[in-house]
Amino acid sequence: MEGVVVLARSAWGILLLKLIAILGLYLVATLVVGYAEHKVLAHMQARLGPMYAGRFHGWAQLIADGLKFLQKEDVIPRAADKWVFSLAPVMVVVPGIMLYAVIPWGKGLAGFSSDVSLFYALAISAISVVGVLMAGWASANKFSLIGALRSAAQLIAYELPLVLAAAAVALQAGSASLEGIVEAQRLPFILAGQELGFFIFLMASMAELSRTPLDMPIADSEIIAGAYTEYTGMRYVLFLLAEYAGMFGLAALGAVLFLGGWRGPGFPGVLWTLVKAGALTFIMIWFRATYPRIREDQLQKMAWAWLVPLSLANLMGTAAFKLLF
Amino acid sequence: MGLRVPGSGLLKGLGVTLRTFLRPSVTQEYPDEKPSLPARSRGVIALKEENCTVCMACARACPDWCIYIESHKEVVPPKEPGARPRTRNVLDRFAIDFALCMYCGLCVEACPFDALFWAPYFEYSTYEVKQLLHEKETLGRWMAYVPPPDPLEDGAEQPKELEAGARPARSPARTEEPARRGPSGPTDEAGVREAASGAGRAPEAVPPVRTVPEEAPGEPKAAEGAREHREVGMDEEVYQAEIAKGTPERVARAKAKSAWMRKQKEGRGE
Amino acid sequence: MRGREVTEGTIQRLPGGPGEGVEVVLRGDLATEEMVLNIGPQHPSTHGVLRVVITLDGERIVEAEPVIGYMHRGFEKLAEVRDYHQIIVLVNRHDWLSAFCNEIGVAMAVERLMGLEVPERAQWLRVLLAEWNRVLNHLVFIGSFGLELGAMTPIFYAFREREVIQEFFEMATGGRLHVHFNRVGGLKEDLPKGFMKKSEQALRLVRSRLADYEDLLLGSEIFQARTRGIGVIPPELAKEYGVTGPILQASGVPEDARKTSPYLVYEKLEFDVPVGKTGDAWERFWVLLERVRQSLRIIEQVHEGLPSGPVRARVPKTIKAPEGEIYVRTENPLGQLGYYLVSRGGQQPWRLKMRTASFSNVSILPAILKGALIPDLVAIMGSIFFVVGDVDR
Repeated sequence: MEGVVVLARSAWGILLLKLIAILGLYLVATLVVGYAEHKVLAHMQARLGPMYAGRFHGWAQLIADGLKFLQKEDVIPRAADKWVFSLAPVMVVVPGIMLYAVIPWGKGLAGFSSDVSLFYALAISAISVVGVLMAGWASANKFSLIGALRSAAQLIAYELPLVLAAAAVALQAGSASLEGIVEAQRLPFILAGQELGFFIFLMASMAELSRTPLDMPIADSEIIAGAYTEYTGMRYVLFLLAEYAGMFGLAALGAVLFLGGWRGPGFPGVLWTLVKAGALTFIMIWFRATYPRIREDQLQKMAWAWLVPLSLANLMGTAAFKLLF
Repeated sequence: MGLRVPGSGLLKGLGVTLRTFLRPSVTQEYPDEKPSLPARSRGVIALKEENCTVCMACARACPDWCIYIESHKEVVPPKEPGARPRTRNVLDRFAIDFALCMYCGLCVEACPFDALFWAPYFEYSTYEVKQLLHEKETLGRWMAYVPPPDPLEDGAEQPKELEAGARPARSPARTEEPARRGPSGPTDEAGVREAASGAGRAPEAVPPVRTVPEEAPGEPKAAEGAREHREVGMDEEVYQAEIAKGTPERVARAKAKSAWMRKQKEGRGE
Repeated sequence: MRGREVTEGTIQRLPGGPGEGVEVVLRGDLATEEMVLNIGPQHPSTHGVLRVVITLDGERIVEAEPVIGYMHRGFEKLAEVRDYHQIIVLVNRHDWLSAFCNEIGVAMAVERLMGLEVPERAQWLRVLLAEWNRVLNHLVFIGSFGLELGAMTPIFYAFREREVIQEFFEMATGGRLHVHFNRVGGLKEDLPKGFMKKSEQALRLVRSRLADYEDLLLGSEIFQARTRGIGVIPPELAKEYGVTGPILQASGVPEDARKTSPYLVYEKLEFDVPVGKTGDAWERFWVLLERVRQSLRIIEQVHEGLPSGPVRARVPKTIKAPEGEIYVRTENPLGQLGYYLVSRGGQQPWRLKMRTASFSNVSILPAILKGALIPDLVAIMGSIFFVVGDVDR
């Protein structure tokens, strides 16, 4: 405790503490979301899911999985581009952690705050696609290549609606800072006219995360695991980590943008953020349990024929609303 | 083929998964919760060694030749002085390679002396293929898992042995006789169940006792079931009565024999 | 590269599917190469060891060729050295999802050669179990079709329902998959007590749960977008390749061996043959669901009309089919199954030729895969219902 107090006195110490807290949150979020996905999917499919690891409803399943992955042989295909191959998982994970740093988990509880933190968040979360491209290209596997290219194609489809939907929120709130956006939202109607934007944001974030029904880049029944096909052991775990943590990260971003972030009656703010982000994560898992995957060209069509025009209309509508009232 | 605005179809799907989510799941947690398998379940083949006469019918019926039988002949000294000594087959080895076995059950069906049985036991997996070759000691131990056979569904033709066992004794109090056999309607259910469970509740005495079929069996029927050889006696009363009626001696003898048989069965059925 | 060379690049005409017939000129660095990709023999969507060699232009399939034989086990040859009892065990295993229906084919062939009269009750029970077998089989494909399109839930539901059915299958036959319940001359033994009750319960259960599959897949807009107009098989093409069963019915041909050459007691039972209009993947799935409904209808009628009596005709212990030859066809869950049995009077057949449904169904793949995208490939493969063991034998 003493040590913490001492650390908290210096600027570097505070930075270190923040870093530890964010990393801790990142890892815990991964475990919790991973476990939730196991369990929620299982129960939606009339199963029980993990029940043994850790005795109580298999709560330690993901830890056990992690330990197992640690022991696995580290395989790098002979034809693979070694450096790029090894670096790719890191490229996927780091942006996720950087996203966690900017999200205001409670009032004044962001890793760092900035006036343009919204755009920082959107920009940083898009970088992970580069990691996927690297993984797919470096693997020297046809399935990986197809997966990586699908991933790149998907980026074009969802990134614009995602940014436009977020921009409408920023416009309405009159602030590009995540904290400012939360402060500007009117309760209890937290969506406050951004229902359409929320819907678009949800779709686009699922596309970004490659979640069913938009999981074409890793479609297991078509191209094995896409860019991840050749990955094993710890490197594969990093991809999984990025997926689960990314789900929660984007869900938290969605909660901040559309659902009033930490604001809510009764409980401390952090809890509200977590609950709202958890609810959005549940919806993503729920979608995965329900829907088949759509086709890449159908996604493109949907994005350009529906989502982009809709989000543009949403943006203009918001602007008009803002001007008139 | 564009994607229409997500509509009712998508929402219905969400409803299905949510409904399932809120209901209890169907998973059976196996090692903690053992499944209760039906009596006919083809889990493992058990051997009742005393019944085996080394006739090799099972080994011959097996489609993949996974039954290994070794035996030698033993000379049994005659019971009475002057009689011929008899030879008898003694089982040395009876092994089933469950790594090869297809669990078809042809051996169990082929066995004429009720030495092989199915048991709904399945927890004998091993880490090595070699260990799946089970010798007669193990097969004998599995006899403990052999359950009594299920009674049959309504409208089924009951096995003759069960029917004979279920037939009530002829007494003035109860004159009506249950349907003898075949398609003529429901049989005495309670009696059948009793007979079925009576035969072989204890793991040792498992097989329902099969007796000689009543009516002269055609050649195929004889081939199917086991025949116990037994000294057949004669009902003296019936014989005398028949002779007095003037029936030929041969017919009278046959009737007396069958009357004796019936009595024997009734005696056991009670 | 398929296309004619022009001075400044390559003109390529896009094959079938979306954007069909569009001419694309590819120049210099933009000129693309075709890529050969092996789908299988180890691939998540070939359920088994079917291998499809596809030549890809981007994600579009230029050519597809199924390579079969990875699971060849020499069934037909093996049947020549096994007696008639043992053959029934063997035929359980070529299409393991319709074990009971396979048995009926062989048993009927031998019975007809021998001129055996199968007891009435045995015939009704064969229909009962064959129809349940059909439901079991179709449930697998209903589930796996969803799985191939990326919906992972339907297969779990399908197996939940299957479990209920298999439970009473085991109760009656002792086996869950390889039932081995038919014998030459009838059935092994009669049903155990309580079977009918369980069968009736399962009938109600499955009937009510079919709506779930409709809501999850059939009616879902995403599912329709993935399957409507995909893998269209015109009726003429289907006939040319000898495709049968649900796939042929989806193409609009009301061919069903239970109707066109009735066996067992199908003549006395009422049921319809579902017929599609366009023959695309969606209709094949619809036909599958509809066939389950019709099977349940038949099962209901058997529950009401089941006669009592023996279930096995008297047959000698060693079965010798008299000299002669016979062809028996039955409507298996996946299509028509034919057994051509030639006997020279021995205990074993001289020749047993199988005409299995999956083999013919898979043979149409090259014709309909051309021009499809990889995602369509799985949609098509999922809707050409096959079991690899049934293809390779």
